[in-house]
Amino acid sequence: MSLWLVLAVNSITFGGLLFLLAAGFSLIFGLMRIPNLTHGSFFMLGGYLAASLIEWGLGFWPAAVLSGLLVAAFGGVIERLILRRLAGAELAQVLVTLGLSFMVADVCLKIWTGDPVRIDTPAGLRGATAVGGLVFPTYRLAISLVAVAFAVALWALLDRTRLGAMIRAGVDDPEMARVAGIRVSHLFTIVFCLGAWLAGFAGVIGGPILSVYPGLDQEMLPLALVVVILGGTGSLVGSLAGGFVVGFLYNFGQAMFPQLAYVVLFLPMLLVLVVRPQGLFGRPAV
Amino acid sequence: MKRLALAAALVLLAALPFWAGGSFYINIASQILLYAIFALGLNVLVGYGGLVSLGHAGLFGIAAYSAARLLAAGHGHLAAIAGALTLALLAAALFAALALRGTGIGFVMITLAIGQIVWGVAYRWISITNGDNGITVGSRPQLFGLSLAAPARFYWATLLVFLVALASMQMLVASPFGASLRGTRDQPRRMAALGYHVWMIRFLAFLFSGFWSGIAGLLFLYYNQFVSPQAVALTASAEVLLMVISGGSGTLLGPVVGAGLVVVVKNVASAYIERWNFVLGAIFVAIVIFMPEGLVPGVVGLWRRATARTPSRDLVGVVEPGKEAGR
Repeated sequence: MSLWLVLAVNSITFGGLLFLLAAGFSLIFGLMRIPNLTHGSFFMLGGYLAASLIEWGLGFWPAAVLSGLLVAAFGGVIERLILRRLAGAELAQVLVTLGLSFMVADVCLKIWTGDPVRIDTPAGLRGATAVGGLVFPTYRLAISLVAVAFAVALWALLDRTRLGAMIRAGVDDPEMARVAGIRVSHLFTIVFCLGAWLAGFAGVIGGPILSVYPGLDQEMLPLALVVVILGGTGSLVGSLAGGFVVGFLYNFGQAMFPQLAYVVLFLPMLLVLVVRPQGLFGRPAV
Repeated sequence: MKRLALAAALVLLAALPFWAGGSFYINIASQILLYAIFALGLNVLVGYGGLVSLGHAGLFGIAAYSAARLLAAGHGHLAAIAGALTLALLAAALFAALALRGTGIGFVMITLAIGQIVWGVAYRWISITNGDNGITVGSRPQLFGLSLAAPARFYWATLLVFLVALASMQMLVASPFGASLRGTRDQPRRMAALGYHVWMIRFLAFLFSGFWSGIAGLLFLYYNQFVSPQAVALTASAEVLLMVISGGSGTLLGPVVGAGLVVVVKNVASAYIERWNFVLGAIFVAIVIFMPEGLVPGVVGLWRRATARTPSRDLVGVVEPGKEAGR
């Protein structure tokens, strides 16, 4: 398999992970106007928790779901106990989530030490699969499929269910949604937990590729930010497209300009900011 | 009375190397002062401009790195300092042009992302920045023919720069420009309607802020005689923001008190526990929840309430002028 193809497959896989991470971030930001800076920590925490769960004898997928749920519960606690008190104070929310991310990072460092923790690829997905005469690593294909499945499921949730309609109403006009009898504060908790769950789950399924290590949170958070700035906040399609763009930029950038990988990654974002500040798929601010 | 207190404080500060008791404490005082300059610089944006930057360590680091590179290339201190400040100002102009595409949360996210680019370059562009190993600087410069190698000498030089910084902040705040900057913070639309160029005011404030961040970066470089990607990490940007907010943003003394608090806690905490980041995060959370306006205004408020003779004065204080709708 040629180098380019390997890079392309890796990019798609990474893009899928970024989509899972950024979709939650984007939803939370779109609905609650909170740039949740603990989102990278959710990703890292998910990976660490799953590694421990697997060590205690749980299978990969149950561990992934359970660890996502634990992270979601943690997110729910943060939302209920802390962010709720600071409703409307955006700056305070930024600072609190940033402070919490430092605390989480330090606790993780204490529990799981500074060494990278590996999560083994689930048994059935090791090795390679041949598709149309080309050979792909099975696990990476699986991640791409999971990401697509999640994209469809999230779209269905947002576009086809009553809850989704309520969330969209909350994103569009929270005041009006309240007047119409929607309990927006409940939506906040639900969306925050959902976002945290997605991030935690992404951290687990990313584990076999990236492994989990201190600093992973601060590495993933800016990537999620770039995805959201590129794609536009509150837009699922934007997160998907942005995720894959960033996935490609990140992998090809690292292969072609290893020293400038970060610059390659952020330049398109700066370009979008200058030309279209609301993001490729976002709507202009009122 | 106020002048007397000011003069006493100045004398105390200038005489610090004689009463502090050891170079360890003198060095901590130097650190407090250099971070106070950094925090004062950031405060121009956060406190008076209402623009919260999470990428200021980038500017701080660009100044430090460029000076270190210029020194390593064999240039003199003067050329290195001038070159570094020029680069820091150029970088500030670029940062500002990009970040001012957004306000509020957008501004925070863009500055955070730009700060991470600088970090990525410092960490990855090894041929320029020497990566994780950082760059070492051989010597400190001389001031008026005096070497700054000794802790006390370096402290006095830092104190001098700090006083200039403080005076420049006082002048900025009292100037018409400072008033218009506060205007753009509170009522950007009204300011625009009155004919002020809101964008340009913010841009200039960003440059001013970047200039002092660069100066602080240079002092940091000469203090440690070393710079590494640690100096431009998100943690560094967050630390200086914590200094501004914990002390009280939008006040002259707040960032100074905040710098003192953070540097002292950091040094004390790191002596007893290794979990400095946890303490930093916890302080952040606690201050935002319990004392959102910061230590200096918080304590002043407590003092006023404690010394208020009649309850009616309390009531007068409740109505805050300028807090009208329409922001």
